[in-house]
Amino acid sequence: MAEHTGVKTMSCQSAFIYTEKFQQYKFRDDHPFNQIRVKLTYDLLKHAGTLTDQQVMTPRIATDDEIQLVHHHKYVEAVKQASQRNMSESEIIEYGIGTEDTPIFDYMHEAAATLVGGTLTAVDAVINGPYDHAVNFGGGLHHAFVRKASGFCIYNDAAIAIKYIRQHTNYKVLYIDTDAHHGDGVQWAFYDDPNVCTLSIHETGRYLFPGTGNTNERGRLGGYGYSFNIPIDAFTEDESFLEVYQNALSTIAEYFNPDIIVTQNGADAHAHDPLTHLCNTMNIFEEIPQLAHQIAHTYCDGRWIALGGGGYDLWRVVPRAWAQIWNIASHFEPLSGALPQDWIDTWSEKSPVTLPTTWRDESGIYNEIPRKNEITEKNRISLEKSLKLIKNQQKYT
Amino acid sequence: MLVEEIMKKEVITLLPNNTIKEALELLNHHHIRHIPIVNEDHNVVGIISDRDIRDAAPSTLEEKQNQDILNHNINSIMTSPVITVHPLDFIEEIASVFYEHEIACVPVTKDQQLIGIVTEKDLLYTLIQLTGIHEQSSQIEIKVPNRAGILPNITKIIGERKTNISSVFIYPDQQDRSQKIIVLRIQTMNPMPLIDELKEQGYDVLWPNIPGLRQ
Ligand SMILES: [Zn+2]
Ligand SMILES: [Zn+2]
Repeated sequence: MAEHTGVKTMSCQSAFIYTEKFQQYKFRDDHPFNQIRVKLTYDLLKHAGTLTDQQVMTPRIATDDEIQLVHHHKYVEAVKQASQRNMSESEIIEYGIGTEDTPIFDYMHEAAATLVGGTLTAVDAVINGPYDHAVNFGGGLHHAFVRKASGFCIYNDAAIAIKYIRQHTNYKVLYIDTDAHHGDGVQWAFYDDPNVCTLSIHETGRYLFPGTGNTNERGRLGGYGYSFNIPIDAFTEDESFLEVYQNALSTIAEYFNPDIIVTQNGADAHAHDPLTHLCNTMNIFEEIPQLAHQIAHTYCDGRWIALGGGGYDLWRVVPRAWAQIWNIASHFEPLSGALPQDWIDTWSEKSPVTLPTTWRDESGIYNEIPRKNEITEKNRISLEKSLKLIKNQQKYT
Repeated sequence: MLVEEIMKKEVITLLPNNTIKEALELLNHHHIRHIPIVNEDHNVVGIISDRDIRDAAPSTLEEKQNQDILNHNINSIMTSPVITVHPLDFIEEIASVFYEHEIACVPVTKDQQLIGIVTEKDLLYTLIQLTGIHEQSSQIEIKVPNRAGILPNITKIIGERKTNISSVFIYPDQQDRSQKIIVLRIQTMNPMPLIDELKEQGYDVLWPNIPGLRQ
């Protein structure tokens, strides 16, 4: 532990935001977005012995004013009315509600406001409380727009949290999004803001939702040069993913010099994920938070908020991936070896797939990728294009 | 889509007896690459590009001779006659004009008068918009037999799922001319149930469609 770069003390104070109420955010039984992931993660950590009751913090619910830091009041009203079934289909559809992706459910506003509250509780713990790091795996809903629900996201807790940080502090915020989908909602919310730098690494929008996230989306006006996008090819594997991530994050952190980082840790870039086409393994979910943690200590006096996000292999992938973020935030290192047998026994009957038995994936979870070298090369080119502005600046200073 | 829907209506022009120097200044000032040359009646009599000037005066900073050239009238180096298009032309037609004549800009004229301009860049931007990428959406591609009645079957299946379509285009399969590929951008993050249903109904869904990488 002592050799951990930039970490000054033996242990970091970390808060784990959790409530059973996260389960209320549920569209339908067969909908891919399912917050049972958060419960499975919590339970895995409890059984692994790396999460104590003292570290768990019960979140508050977000107020309307807080939600309206990002969202239009008419949209918030529409979400409330739709929850009560007080609006016609044609009225709500313009707000992106009542679609297959974001169907109406009871207490929709309250459930969504609870996720936002979780993320704001995490922010408070770090900017006002004694905590270095705080995680809210109930949050990270990066697709929601100012007046539109989208991609399973009703309120954009990540964008609200960043506005909230900016309202209460003068911190420069670095937002790091490693969900397999482009972090569009957060990007557009801060597109002209030079105090908020966004980095999104995602599968190319050629096939995948939402379709944006090109290297040439760099921000506008004063915010030009503070929005970074690296689209990576379908079938990208660990090595290439990590090359892009580590290069991009180190370079951008040095250039931007943030005071706090917010990470969106969607776990849908895994080979098992049913909605995406990347071929990563658990390996990346150990490396992603380790570098983020290091950056937080090097530049931000430790201030790091980690959020959840996508992740649709609910049983095999997400619990392990998110548990490792916590393990790193609270104990510097990911766990290895066997998963706690108690956890496997508790959930194996409910799981439609065979649960993994170790923290790492076994080899051979996907077939060999025939055009691996070309994919790696193409990802490298995207990385270069995305970082071109920074590299050019470095050359002339 | 028609030329008049995508053309720029404010056009920077010069007269044939303006100097090359004036043209160069305008190009630099407005960050443009072409200037139509008109006469007093606003008829297009020529066009000048940044390349024409570079060809005429390659190193404008150094040599005196080049400085002299800059004082010449534009009509000494402008391209004439000019290929023009009509506001009611289809944008696909100007795409082939650009391709065939290897040019990157056309003035738009009506009654012999200049009323607009379209560049290759404007056209490309419009084509990108037409592929539906400007709306949050996923793309799926379906390989289908090349015969009547297939597309409505597919759009019906999508419509029944209350999923909005952002764009559709269809092109012939390069390997097999008896087949076509239908490309759809649809407004959902989860195309899987739709893909399953299409497959159940016997359609060949390519998602994603990268040669050598079908899993
Ligand atoms: Zn730490
Ligand atoms: Zn995602």
